[in-house]
Order: sequence, then structure tokens, then C-alpha cells
Amino acid sequence: MPILSIMILLPVVAALVVATLPGGDEERAGRARVVALATTLIEFAAGIWLWANFDSSTAAFQFNEELPLFAPFLSWSLGIDGIALMLIELSVFLMPLCILASWTSVKKRVPEYMAAFLLMESLMIGTFAARDIFLFYLFFEGGLIPMFLIIGIWGGARRIYASYKFFLYTLLGSVVMLVAMLWMVGQAGTSDISVLSRTDFAPEAQFWLFLAFFASFAVKMPMWPVHTWLPDAHVEAPTAGSVILAGVLLKLGGYGFIRFSLPMFPDASAQLIWLVFGLSMVAVVYTSLVALVQHDMKKLIAYSSVAHMAFVTGGLFALNTQGLEGAMVMMLSHGLVSGALFLCVGVIYDRLHTREIGRYGGLADTMPKYALVLLFFTMASVGLPATSGFVAEFLVLLGLYQTSTWATFVLTTGIILGAAYMLWLYARVAYGKAAGDDTRAMPDLSVREIAILAPIVIVTLWMGIYPASFQQPMKPAIAAVVARLEGRQLATVPTDMSLSPALPAMMAPAHAAEAH
Amino acid sequence: MHPIVTSIAIAGPEVILTLGSLAALMLGTFSAPGRALAATSLFAIAILAVAGFALLDGPAGTALAFDGLYVADDFSAFLKVIIFTATAASVVLAQPWLNESRTGRFEYPVLMLLSALGMAVMVSANDLLSLYIGLELTALPSYVLAAFHRADNRSAEAGLKYFVLGALASGILLYGVTLVYGFAGSTQFDIIAGIVSGQTERSLGLLFGIVFIIAGMAFKVSAVPFHMWTPDVYEGAPTPVAAFFSAAPKAAALGLMARVLVVAFPGNVAADWQQIIIFIAIASMVLGAVAAVAQTNIKRLLAYSSIANIGFALVGLTPGSPAGVSALLFYTTVYVAMTLGSFLVVLQLRRPDGETVEQMADLAGLSKTQPKLAAALAIFMFSLAGIPPLLGFWPKFAVFQAAIAAGLVPLAIIGFIASVVAAFYYLRLIKIMYFDEPAVALASEGSAANGTMIAAAALFCSPIGMLAMSPLAAATARAAAALFPA
Repeated sequence: MPILSIMILLPVVAALVVATLPGGDEERAGRARVVALATTLIEFAAGIWLWANFDSSTAAFQFNEELPLFAPFLSWSLGIDGIALMLIELSVFLMPLCILASWTSVKKRVPEYMAAFLLMESLMIGTFAARDIFLFYLFFEGGLIPMFLIIGIWGGARRIYASYKFFLYTLLGSVVMLVAMLWMVGQAGTSDISVLSRTDFAPEAQFWLFLAFFASFAVKMPMWPVHTWLPDAHVEAPTAGSVILAGVLLKLGGYGFIRFSLPMFPDASAQLIWLVFGLSMVAVVYTSLVALVQHDMKKLIAYSSVAHMAFVTGGLFALNTQGLEGAMVMMLSHGLVSGALFLCVGVIYDRLHTREIGRYGGLADTMPKYALVLLFFTMASVGLPATSGFVAEFLVLLGLYQTSTWATFVLTTGIILGAAYMLWLYARVAYGKAAGDDTRAMPDLSVREIAILAPIVIVTLWMGIYPASFQQPMKPAIAAVVARLEGRQLATVPTDMSLSPALPAMMAPAHAAEAH
Repeated sequence: MHPIVTSIAIAGPEVILTLGSLAALMLGTFSAPGRALAATSLFAIAILAVAGFALLDGPAGTALAFDGLYVADDFSAFLKVIIFTATAASVVLAQPWLNESRTGRFEYPVLMLLSALGMAVMVSANDLLSLYIGLELTALPSYVLAAFHRADNRSAEAGLKYFVLGALASGILLYGVTLVYGFAGSTQFDIIAGIVSGQTERSLGLLFGIVFIIAGMAFKVSAVPFHMWTPDVYEGAPTPVAAFFSAAPKAAALGLMARVLVVAFPGNVAADWQQIIIFIAIASMVLGAVAAVAQTNIKRLLAYSSIANIGFALVGLTPGSPAGVSALLFYTTVYVAMTLGSFLVVLQLRRPDGETVEQMADLAGLSKTQPKLAAALAIFMFSLAGIPPLLGFWPKFAVFQAAIAAGLVPLAIIGFIASVVAAFYYLRLIKIMYFDEPAVALASEGSAANGTMIAAAALFCSPIGMLAMSPLAAATARAAAALFPA
């Protein structure tokens, strides 16, 4: 059964159905919600089936499909390994929750909204399931269109600025990557990802190819200093849009690194770790500090996302098993936790229609259930043991320590800063006195909202207490990537504090550049 | 058999078009005044269809006619299919406008037939002289068409401007032809090629001749720096005429350019003209993208968009390789569908005062008032911007793939960055339609035929059109191979 094709095409069909439903506005909206929810639930079931039938003992692509539909440009070639599987699971898990979260809060153009989300789901699954580099690019870039419309039509006050910025920023990064892809395929004579990741490109070529891919993935990730589109896009996007953006779209950058940059350009990756570490270190400290002074809840969480994504890049470029596994768990964990945090913001935004932190307060008294859930996700974001965030941060730091102690040192301060801004946010929102009568009058979580948040709580705990069930399918695929990196010469970044003399270690990257 | 008989058989489509356009003129003159337009339009479409069928019936492989002035091969056949289809579509799409305006005269389809005849000669030209005849035969009816709205000063101005600049460009081209004849000793492409590849030293006079010929042709495809007429003519000419200008003549001129340069100037000289084409392509892509950002008039916007698109198409010509020419043909095909589709949507819309839409701001909130047309226009815009998975991405992909295979990586990078700038103004149209609130309630008052054509073009440009890529690529590869004798 071509399960992956079905998972990609079903939402497209559903989107067409939703967009062309008959009836009056109200009827169409109601039907659109039901169809969208049903489709995403079917997708979720298919995702579970995929996981149940997945062979966790091999790094090879599974559920392979190949159809030379679009020869000679690309082929409809699908297949997943453990890394792709887990990210698909994340997508199909978050999608029904997004639909539910927009059930009542989205009031205008409901059918179009649902259709855009369904298209989004199809494109995300396609991105992770593509086994042809150009098919990957097709899905990767195609996601821009529905997201552009979601931000631009259903967003907040500055939605038009945000949608343009999102679109053009990410497009500019990606076209450079496309040039590199065309060159690579011209050299290797195939666009099959699994063949390309076994191809050894000349180290000089790898350098440029790496930078071209880096231009795209760094923007998607997003890494400092090209992260500025993210806060704008998040603030203006509707709640569900933010969830998808933080939950899945940000993972495209990390997925790109682990699928393309690391195995295809191992020499360049090893030589350019100073670049990635440098940017990650700046990102963690800088964006954490920026997050501290935000007045807008969504903006705060957006900046915290940039900091968490810096952990992902740090873990990936540790270039060892722990680092890579940590980065993958971090992506999954961040997808759940930041998605949930955006949902939490959405809950109170629906009631008070403001994201201003100062307008809230005392929610622990007036909305105890909500305060409990928010506390849980705050702790998960900080990385409290027994939540998924702890597993992720611990593994990343463990792996990173073997490659660069300095980077580990700086990233660890990010955990402290993270605790500072998250706990302070929680204190301002949940404790103290309510900012006004309208704040005090807000009702607690409804059954629908509990139904949205409860599954995320469960999975976050599960991932925190028994991460092995999520790591197991990814292990062989990660081992294959690590095997590609084995024995590559690392850039001469001081890997041990005792080795570096009085010279500030931060200067070391400059030397590494000259050495290269 | 006498050579003239075999020649006529080979040039069947052109002969049919010639006789057909004369018959159409008679038909228009002698039918009742009220029915003349409808009758000639129908007749013109029938003639184009018959000429298309004559193509299918044409000789296989490459056939020379009229003592080497004319060639019929897969390349010309492919382009003629596009030209005839686009011309027929242009005749159909003008009908509502012709019926409404007071200038609804039967000469309109006849002029288009004559223009199509010129285009067919252009893509089949195997000699600098038949090339010139084809170009002029295309251009003269175009001047008249641009000024077709006689009562409108803007239309008359557009026609005059087009004529003066067009005549200048033709003069430049003709001067180039004389130079090439003087320094190579022939006007026939294959003979020039033989002489040129035999030369050991580079001839400066020949190079000048090539530059002048390229300049003349660059005017016809409206490539930078010979693009100045395009926005003004598109804006002034009646919208259906602008739609016609943006489609079929562009395809013909691109085909002509590819054939002249690839067939007549191979080997050493190729490096010379490749540099010129690289410059023209970059300049067109960048200027088309940057200048369009400031436009508020849809027709001007589409004019700059066509300049940028010509730049992208010319990238396919830069390597001078079969893959490149194949990509150029692919680009042309998709471009014609996208641009005709965009113009069709604009033509279909009417302001409350009955006028056609001119300003971009008029489209505000179109997604609420006319959701189907807005969706179609959004598809064309995303496709023109080259965002996958829409079909418009793949021709860009193909031309840059060919360029990169030839080692022209910087060209590809500049081109893709220009496409990001261009994406900005395509997005602006989408923003106006989808994000803004409706300003005026636009009505959809075109013909059902135009609606069908919009639907077909939108379907072709949507991801579903990707299914057509495989057969299309096979056809363009076959057509391109005709220019490169094994």
C-alpha cells in the first residue's frame, strides 16, 4: 500500500473538498471544521500505523515508493527513515490539535483557513518523506504559500509586513540552496538523496555547497542573525499558525542539516563547526536576554524558540551520537512544548484579546487549571527533569562537551537564562493580582481546551520519563550519519578549556578560519 | 517535380495562412456589417486549426524549401503549435472587448492571422532575408493592432511609439544582416556556419554584424536594454492586444533568436554571442524585477514581468547546448500559458462603471467578490514568481540547470536572486486580492469561452500541470535536437 503517497495526497483532496463545499457561510464553516478534523485524525491514525510497522533496526529508507512521474526533472520517490518518521509523527500529532484550537477562534473565511492548514500538512509530510532532492525542495518551498496566506489573511495588525518578511526571507535563503542542489545533481548524476549522501564531493566544493545549504537552513532554523522573521511571523500568525510554525516548520532547518549538510558535506561540516557554534552561542545568550525584556507573550516564546533551536544546532554539530540524538529529541520536545505554550497563549488571548503580559496576573487564583498546565509547560521549556526538555538539553550538552567545552559552557548559561525568562513570565501571568476586572472574570479551561492540551502533557511526560520509545527508531539512522562523519578532521576549535591559553577562547574561530 | 511544388508542400502551414488571411479579408468585406466580426473571427480560428493540422502532416525530419530560405523541422513545428494556439486564444479572448467597444472591426482577426503568418516564417527562417521578412510581417500588423482603438489617444500613441521604435530596430537588424553578408559571404544560416567555423581569425566586422542582429531581435523580445517600448505599448494598447503581444510574438522571436545564434554562429563565434546573451539575460531579469516593484498599473506590471521572464528564458540560450534550448522552449510554453492567463483574468473583470480594470488597487479584496478569478490569478502569480510546486517553477529550474551544467553558476545565482525580488511584486498582487478589503465590487463579465480558457490555463499552471512536464520535456528535447545536427 503506498501509505506515504496516501498521507500526502489525502489532505490535498480534503482541502479541495473543503474549499468547494456548498451551502451558506455558516454551514460551510461547520462542515469545513468537521472535514478538516476528520482528515487530520485519519492522518494521525496513518501516522500511528506507520510507526507500528516501522522496522527500528535499520537505517535504510522504508515504505519506499518510486514513480518516474515527472522525468526528467524529478521523480515521485518517497521513503522514510527513523528521523523522518519521528518528525512526521510530530506533524500528524500537532495537526488535529491545531484544527481544534481554531475551532471557535477563527471566524472569517473558515473553509479557506482549513484548506490552507490541510495543504500545510500535506507539504510537511512530503518534505520529510521525499527521497528525491528536488521533490524535497518542492515540498520545502511549497510550504511557503499556505503559511504566507495563513499569516496574511488571519493574522494580527502587522500581518502583511510579517507575511512578506516570512516569505521573502525564507525564499532568498532557499534559492541559493537550489543552485547548490542543481550543481550537486549535475556532478553526481542522480537526484536520489540516499545516493547523494554516500557521494564524496571534493572538500573545496563541499565548503561552498555547505554554505549554500546553510543559507537556507539557517533561515528556516532560524539561527542568529537571520532569525528576525520569526518573532514577527509568530506575533502576527493566528494561534494554530504559530503552533505549526514553531512545532513543525522550524524543524525543517534541523532536518535539513541532518539529512543533507552532515552526511553530504562531512568535511565541510567538521571544518565549519566554529561557524555554527559561534552563531549558536550568540543566539542562546542574545535571544535569551531579548526574551527577558519582551512585553508580548508570543514574542517572548518566539525568542525562546530561537534559543532552543541554537541547542539543536549545537547538538547537531557536536558530530557525535549523543549530540545528534539530543538535537533530534530537542526538536521533538520543542515542537511539543513551544506548540503547547502557543496554545496556552491562545487560550487567554481568546478571552482577553491581548498578548500584553502586563494585562494578566493572578491567573493561579482565577484559572487554577490553566495555571497548572501553563506551569507544566513552563517547566518543560526550562528543562525540568521528567519532562522532555531535560532529556534533550542533557543529551545535547553531553555530546557537545566532547567537541567543544566552551560552546557547552555558553549554552549552559542559556539554560539559566531560559529559567529566568520563563519563570518570570509565569510569575507575572499567574501570580500577583489580576490586572483588571476583565482579567479576573476570565473563565477557566473549557473541555475542548483540556482535550487539546492533555495529549501534549502526556506525550511530554512520556518523552521525559521514557525517551527510549522515541529514540529507538532514530538510532540506526543517526548512527549512519555519525558513521559518515567518523574520522573527519575537526576545525581547530579548543575542545578543552585547559588547552586554551589566556587568549579568550571566543577568538579561536578566527584562527580556525585562517587554518582552513 | 519542380522545386516550387515541393517547397509549397513543405511550407504548407504558411501557404494555408496566406490564402486564409486573404480569404478572411474577402469574407469580412462581403458579409453583412453586423456579422462580419464574428464570421472572420470564426474563420480565422478555423484557418489556424487547419494550419496546425498541416503541421502534423508535414514532412518528418528536416526539410529545406525555397532554395534554403525556409526550413521545416521539429523545432519550427513545436514553436508553430504554440504560436497558432496562442494566436487563436488571442482571437477568442478579444471577442467580448470587440463587441463592446465601438472599434469592433473585422480587420482585427485578419491582422492577427497575418501576424501569425509572419511568426511562422520567423521560426522557419533559414536565411537572414526570410528572417527579416518574417519579422516585418509580424511587426506591421502589430503596429496597427496597437493603435486599434482609434478613438483613444493612448492607443494611437502606443501604436505610433511602437512603429517608430520598431522601425528603428528593424533598421539596426538589417544593417547587421548586411555586415554579416559582407564578412561571411552568405545570408543562409548553414552556409554562414560553414564559413564562420572555417575562419581561423576572428572577424571584427562579423562580430559587429552579430551585435546588430542581436540588438534588433532583443527589441522584438523586449529584452533589456531594448525594452523601453514595452511598458508604454502594453499600457496604451487595448488590453486584448497587449495580451497578444505578450504571448505569441515573444515565443516566435525567442525561437528565431535561438535558431539564428545556434545554427548560423557556432564554434568560435558562439563564445562572443554567449557573452552578449548573458548580459542581456541578467539585465532583463534584474531590471524587470526591480522596475516592476514601483508599478501601480496592472498592464505595466505585466509588461515588466514579461521583460523579466524573457530574461529567464534567455538564460536557456546562454550555454548554446541542446539542454539549454530545450529548457528555453519549455520556458516559452509555460510562460505563454501564464501570461495569457493573467491577461484573461484582467480582461474578465469589469469595474462598476463598465470599464476594464487597469489599476492594481482595483483588485482589492477580489478573493471575496470573485473567489474563482482571484484563485486563478493567484495561481498565475505564484507560478510567475516561480514557487514550487506550481508549474512556473520548473522552466526556471530547467534553464538554470542547463546554465549550471555549462558552468555558469554566478548567472544562476543572480537569476534566482532576481526571482526573489520579482516574487515581491507578484506577492503584492496576491496581498491586494487576499489581504485587503474590497474597494469596488468588480463584476465578471467576460465570455464563457474566456472563462474556460482561464480554467484551463490555471489548471496547467497549478501543480497538476506538473504531470504534463514529462511529455513536454520529451517534445522540447526533440525540437531542440533539430538545431544540433549530430
